[in-house]
Amino acid sequence: MIRIVFCWLLRALSPSLWATLTLTLCTLQAQAAYSDNVVKIGVLTDMSGPYSDLAGPGAIVAAQMAVEDFVARQKPDFKVELVTADHQNKGDIAANKAREWFDREQVDVVSELVTSSTALAVMKVAKEKNRLALITGAGSSRITNEDCNDVTAHWAYDTYATGSGTGKAVVQQGGKTWFFLTADYAFGQSLEKDTTAVILANGGKVLGAVRHPFPSTDLSSYLLKAQASGAQVIGLANAGSDTINAVKQASEFGITPKQTLAGLLMFITDINSLGLKATQGMYLTEAFYWDMNQDTRTWSQRFYARHQKMPTMVQAGLYSALTHYLEAVKATRSDDTQVVMTQMRKMPVNDFFSHNGKLREDGLMQHDMYLMQVKKPSESHYPWDDYFVRATIPGAQAFQPLALSRCPLIHK
Amino acid sequence: MIDIFGVPLLALLGQMLLGLVNGSFYALLSLGLAVIFGLLNVINFAHGAFYMMGAFAAWGLLTWTGIGYFGALLLVPPLIGLLGLVVDRLLLKRIAHLDPLYGLLLTFGLALVLEGGFRYQFGVSGESYEVPESLQGALDVGFMVIPKYRLWVIVVSTLVCLSTWLIIEKTRLGSYLRAATENPTLTQAFGINVPLMISLTYGFGVALAGLAGVMAAPIFQVAPLMGSNLIIVVFAVVVIGGMGSILGSVVTGLGLGLVEGLTKVYWPEASSTVVFVLMALVLVLRPAGLFGRSA
Repeated sequence: MIRIVFCWLLRALSPSLWATLTLTLCTLQAQAAYSDNVVKIGVLTDMSGPYSDLAGPGAIVAAQMAVEDFVARQKPDFKVELVTADHQNKGDIAANKAREWFDREQVDVVSELVTSSTALAVMKVAKEKNRLALITGAGSSRITNEDCNDVTAHWAYDTYATGSGTGKAVVQQGGKTWFFLTADYAFGQSLEKDTTAVILANGGKVLGAVRHPFPSTDLSSYLLKAQASGAQVIGLANAGSDTINAVKQASEFGITPKQTLAGLLMFITDINSLGLKATQGMYLTEAFYWDMNQDTRTWSQRFYARHQKMPTMVQAGLYSALTHYLEAVKATRSDDTQVVMTQMRKMPVNDFFSHNGKLREDGLMQHDMYLMQVKKPSESHYPWDDYFVRATIPGAQAFQPLALSRCPLIHK
Repeated sequence: MIDIFGVPLLALLGQMLLGLVNGSFYALLSLGLAVIFGLLNVINFAHGAFYMMGAFAAWGLLTWTGIGYFGALLLVPPLIGLLGLVVDRLLLKRIAHLDPLYGLLLTFGLALVLEGGFRYQFGVSGESYEVPESLQGALDVGFMVIPKYRLWVIVVSTLVCLSTWLIIEKTRLGSYLRAATENPTLTQAFGINVPLMISLTYGFGVALAGLAGVMAAPIFQVAPLMGSNLIIVVFAVVVIGGMGSILGSVVTGLGLGLVEGLTKVYWPEASSTVVFVLMALVLVLRPAGLFGRSA
C-alpha cells in the first residue's frame, strides 16, 4: 500500500523521474493493477436483425480498428483482446452473455449494445459486477436518466438529441405545424413526447399524431391522414423498416416534397438504402457524417476499405468510446472500473468523432450534434455523398441539460 | 360533407381503396398457399421467402441486366416457379408420405435459410426499387388522389386470382388436379401423371408468390425480411377463408385488407391485431373457415 502511494506521488509530482524508473518496483507494482495483464473488450451487438446494418458487423470492424490503432500508437504494456457476440435484440440474451463474459472470461467492458432493451439489461449486470458498459447503439434517454448508473457511458446519441435537434431546427426554419407518425411503443412515444416539447417551446404547433403498430409494412393510410391534416412537417417518430417504408410511400403518394418529412431517428445506412430520390430534402440529426472534414474522411475511408460501407454514427462512436476507454486505462495504469471511469470523465473527448466532448456525471457523453439535410440526386457527386451539414448544434444545447436530468446520481 | 363516425366519407373511401391494395397482396399470396395446401397438403412456410426472392429478382434484373418492371413481371414468376419445382423435387417429395407437419417444418427451415442468405448478402435495410415510369404519377378518382401503380396492383392481382380460380374450377386440367387431390391412386390409374402435376402445382403456387414479390417491389422496400413480416397475416387469411379453399382465400384476402384499412382509420393501434381477432372468432364459430368444407 505504502509503495502504491509512494509511486503515485512520485508519478504525480515528477513524471520525468517516474519515467526513468521503468523497471523498478513502481512499474511492477503498477502493472499488477491490470487484472491478469489483459484488457478484454466485449462487443455485444445485433449481428443479423433489423439493426445489423447500422451497428452489427460494422461495429465489430470499428472496434477492431480502435484496438489495432491504440496498440500501434501507444504500444501499451498490457494486452488488449476483443470478444464479440450477437444479442439478437433480446434483453435476456444480452444480460446472460454479459454475465458470462464478466464471470468466466474476465471481460472488463461490454460495448455497443444497440436496442435500448439490451442496453438497459446489460447496464444492470455491469453495475452488479462493477464492470463498464459503453453504449453507442441504443438511443433511449432512460439510460442516463431514470436508469443511470456510475459504470455506464452513453456515447453516440440519444432520442432527446436526435428528436429535439431536428424538431428545433425545422421549426426555426419555418416548419411550424407538425403531424407525427409514431411507432406505438415506448421508444416511439418518448420520441414524440420529447420532440413535441421542443416544437411547442419554439413556437410551433402539433396538429395531430397517429400511433401505428410496430412493425408496419404499409404506412400509406397514416400518411394520408398526415396529408389531410395540412401540417407542413411530418415527424417520423419511428425507426428502421417503419421509417424506410414511410419515406418510400410518402414519395409514392406525392406527399413529399409538398410536405417535409423529418426523420427523428435515422442513420446514413437508411438514407443509402432508400436512395436520394425518395429522401431528398429530409432533415435529420446525426452525431457524425463521414464526409465532414479531412479527419472524418480519412478514418471513414479506412473503415470503408474493410467494410465496404461508410460508417454510421454508432460505428464511429464505438471507435471513439473504445479509444477513450483504452487511453484512460493507459493513463491510470489500471483497469479498475471506478478508476477508469473517473479518468474518462476527467479527459475531454477530442477525436475525429467528437470535439470537446465530455463524459458527464450522469453517464452521457455530451458532444456536438449536426443537423443534416439530405441532398438531391443532382447534388450528390459520388457514392455516400448524401448530406449537407446545415447546422452544428453545440453539445450543451443538443442534449438534455444536466439540471433537468432525472438521474439519481446527480441529485443525491 | 357526410361524416361516418367522425371521418369524412371521401377520406374513408380513400382509406378503403388502400385497404384493397393490401388485400390484393394478401389475396395473391394466400391464393398460392391455398393451391399448394389444397393439392399437396403442404403448409408452405417458405412462401414469404419466395415472395421476397421475387422482389429481389426484379431488383436484380433491373440493376444487373437493365430489364425493367414489365420484363420482370413476365420473367420472374417462371424463374421463381422453377425454383419451387427444384425444391419440390429435391426436398418435399422425400417427405410427401409423412404428416403435413414435416412439410411445415421443412419449409420453415428453408425460409430461415433463404432469408439468412439474403440478409448476409444484402443487409437488412434492403434495396430500393422505383415505380416504372409509365405507372408513375397519381390519378384523381374523385374522392382521393391515388398513385396509378396502386390501382394497377388491384387490377392485375384481381385478374390473376380470377383466372387461377377459373383454371382450377372450370377447366379439364383443373378437374385433373382436383381429382388428384381427392384420390391420387385412382387418378393415376386413369393414366394421369400425378407426381408431375403435384410438382407443377407447387411450382405454380410459388410462382404466384414471386409475382406478388415483383408487384410489391415498387411499394415496399425490397428487403430480406419483407416476406416474414407479411406471411403470418397471410396464414391467418388462409385459415379464415378455409384451408385449401381457392375462392375463400381470394375473397378473404381482399375482405381482410378492407377490414384492416378501416381499423387503421378508427383505431390504428389495433390494425395489426384485428386480423387475428377475426381468425380466433372464425375458428370458434366455424372451424373449417368461411368457405371451407368441414372434413
